[in-house]
Amino acid sequence: MKVLVKSGRVVDPANNLDEKLDILIIDGKIVELAPNIDAGDAEVINAAGNIVTPGLIDMHVHLREPGQEYKEDIISGTKAAAAGGVTSVCCMPNTKPVIDNLPIAQFIMNKAKFEGSANVFPVAAISQGQKGEILSEMGELLEGGCVGFSDDGLPVKNGEMMRRALEYASTFGAPVMVHAEEMSLVADGSMNEGYVATELGLKGIPNVAEDCMTARDIMIAELTGGHLHICHVSTKGSLDLIRQAKARGVNVTCEVTPHHFSLTEEAVRGYNTNAKMNPPLRSQEDLEAVHAALADGTVDAIATDHAPHHIDDKNVEFELAANGIVGLETLLPLTLKLVADKVISLSKAISLLTYRPSEILRIDRGTLSVGAIADITIINPNKEWEVTEESLHSKSKNSYFIGYTLKGCALKTLLAGEVVFSRE
Amino acid sequence: MAAEKIEILDQEGVSRAITRIAHEILEKNKGVENLVIVGIRTGGAYLATQLQKKISEIEGKVVPIGSIDITMYRDDFGSRSDLSVGQTDIRFSLSDRKVILVDDVLFTGRTIRAAMDALTDLGRPKNIQLAILVDRGHRELPIRPDYIGRNLPTARNERIDVDFDEQHAPQAVHLIRV
Amino acid sequence: MTFNHKHIIGIKDLTAEELTFILDTSISFKEINRRDIKKVPTLRGKTIINLFFEASTRTRTSFEIAGKRLSADTINISASGSSVVKGETLEDTAKNIQAMNPDAIVMRHHASGASDYLAKRLDCAVINAGDGMHEHPSQALLDAFTIREHKGKIEGLTVAIIGDITHSRVVRSNIYCLTKLGAKVRVAGPGTMLPPGIDKLGCEAYTNIDDAIKGSDVVMMLRIQRERQGAPLIPSVREYSRFFGLTHQRLKLAKENVIVMHPGPINRGVELPTSIADGPQNVILDQVENGVAVRMALLYLACGGEKLQD
Repeated sequence: MKVLVKSGRVVDPANNLDEKLDILIIDGKIVELAPNIDAGDAEVINAAGNIVTPGLIDMHVHLREPGQEYKEDIISGTKAAAAGGVTSVCCMPNTKPVIDNLPIAQFIMNKAKFEGSANVFPVAAISQGQKGEILSEMGELLEGGCVGFSDDGLPVKNGEMMRRALEYASTFGAPVMVHAEEMSLVADGSMNEGYVATELGLKGIPNVAEDCMTARDIMIAELTGGHLHICHVSTKGSLDLIRQAKARGVNVTCEVTPHHFSLTEEAVRGYNTNAKMNPPLRSQEDLEAVHAALADGTVDAIATDHAPHHIDDKNVEFELAANGIVGLETLLPLTLKLVADKVISLSKAISLLTYRPSEILRIDRGTLSVGAIADITIINPNKEWEVTEESLHSKSKNSYFIGYTLKGCALKTLLAGEVVFSRE
Repeated sequence: MAAEKIEILDQEGVSRAITRIAHEILEKNKGVENLVIVGIRTGGAYLATQLQKKISEIEGKVVPIGSIDITMYRDDFGSRSDLSVGQTDIRFSLSDRKVILVDDVLFTGRTIRAAMDALTDLGRPKNIQLAILVDRGHRELPIRPDYIGRNLPTARNERIDVDFDEQHAPQAVHLIRV
Repeated sequence: MTFNHKHIIGIKDLTAEELTFILDTSISFKEINRRDIKKVPTLRGKTIINLFFEASTRTRTSFEIAGKRLSADTINISASGSSVVKGETLEDTAKNIQAMNPDAIVMRHHASGASDYLAKRLDCAVINAGDGMHEHPSQALLDAFTIREHKGKIEGLTVAIIGDITHSRVVRSNIYCLTKLGAKVRVAGPGTMLPPGIDKLGCEAYTNIDDAIKGSDVVMMLRIQRERQGAPLIPSVREYSRFFGLTHQRLKLAKENVIVMHPGPINRGVELPTSIADGPQNVILDQVENGVAVRMALLYLACGGEKLQD
């Protein structure tokens, strides 16, 4: 089986590549990159005028299966990924039951392998049942294909537990991915603390709820030497802490989400429940700090925190609404907007979506090197499209960007050389 | 098309009409005993003041005067865009009084119906008598004035304007024909 | 004047001109409340539903009387507990009520934004009778009416509002209302009860209530919720009362003809002593009386006329 991706602008930051090349794929692997390859009988995909990148990696996705299939499942979630140009997702462990043992992780990986449209790398729970008491069987989970550990959404309160998690995970070289939030400071807040919350009469969540937990976890990482990955950083303070920690050589990485680099707390006005997130949309100052951290290398990855919720979970009073939005299918245009706005270069943007997350996760994806698995995304950077409920492949339609016209999309998504998504 | 404006009564004409009404009221009621005057805001209230003056000139006695706003009693609530409500100002009891209800123009009778409802919510008058400066016809309710300044048959699409000066003294009555 | 708001959700949405129009309209309704026959046929045949998700005696009664004095059919529904607990969503509750074709729903709810939520989903008029910590427009209007009645004007006055500013919808509506009408508003309370960014709503914030009261024309005391005691917000009602309660001595710092207001219900001996609550400066019962007139005006304006927009 031969496939030739022809005449695209190939952007592969891992190999410092940005030029017009053909890519020849044989049996799902990249065998040659060169101008004007003549591959005879190969199936040709014309990529002229478009950008060809390694398949995008989204290291923070909620697939909801098992347990909440009415919101999303592995089939619909990976279909949304493919439509968004994403070939690999990390699924978070807050399923029902929790991904804290190998059989559940295997169920997900098998289902994804045979019925899915993207690679699924499970992130398992730090503690059994996400209860913050007993460590998961990390060794076996990693051996079986999990790529990291997280108690996403339920931060590890106990300092010693976090210490032991980092120590134990480092035994196997795996990252501990934290949702850094001191819950006692979140209290019953439902949006960012500040003027907008005061005006709307909604209880606020201060930046310090995130910052003090980020500080604690960085200090524990420094103590243990373990790899700490901080998820969806939203505040200036936390980014400053991470920047300083990196300068000291602490083994810390972090990700930011498209909604945190695109929106501020102002989006909540009108009690829009699709602007309700955790961590919450922050101030303009924080948004600018996120941009600065993307530009100066403090941020290691862009991840969506794709959080599908049924309409019934969102169509309620603001304070009762579920947190989060779907993000897989708007990841690419929102990231390309950063490029258009000259916050980061195209190559930098692609690196944050490809080989940087693959490094954090230690997975053999994210490059177009010869011999690599041919996960490839072909991007039309100029196509404008309107986000509608119908345009989304996810089961849930809880996007803030419904009704917005965005620029840029995946034209074709190849998974191990096979086209899993194609747009007219 | 420009509107045609025809003068029906000038300042003196209005004054003479009010004088006549005052005499008729006194004659019919045999003086001012138990009499009160209530004008319908805004035109009727202005005329009520004139009427009160005239009566005291003739009789040498001051008749109590009040004004009533009928907005809350109207039957076309819901189809009007102007929602302003005026104030009712009647500082005396209406019970067992003879009420002279004053308005400037009598047309369909709906305003008078509303005013009578408003008055009866404020007490139980001995009777209500209606004084009108201009009766232009086209009644939609069985209402008949007791005192009329001028009878003036009109077409439905015509309009009667009573002009007042800044001191609320009547200046003239015009027929507006579009 | 026209009034083109179908819903009355917050003072923030209203202009100074519209606020003045509501206050002027209320004067006419106040006159009715002092008659022997306290009823006009204005809203005859209209149905108004008081949908209260939160316990309230004063506001509900006030709206009920207002509706009845306008001859509307007023029905009270107390829906206890949140929609989640009840197992029915707010939208379903509201749509069921709308199916019975009311002309207006007066709504009190513990969630900020709940009135806005209903207004976006229902055809009938929605009047906010208090939503969470967001707004309580009828309270602010009756406060403004009472101030105007006693002071003859609002422009140029200094109004000090003291208490739990963070959790008060009354404060937010009052800040908008009074500043739009030209008054200067000061808010004061312990640091735990002053929300961030409150000054950006157009007021000055103080932690020392003497500074807030100094030179004020109006002192408005807020009810302190006893359940906040012991929670991290205040150590005790006793200590709160000592530092944030109104005293005769503190009241002397205000202008000589100061009036004292309270949205009720009063905690006697906590926010203010009985001698002030019943004293010559208090206008607390005037507020209650005026509440009926102002709510009549709101119902009249919401149910009446042709709405040209929203």
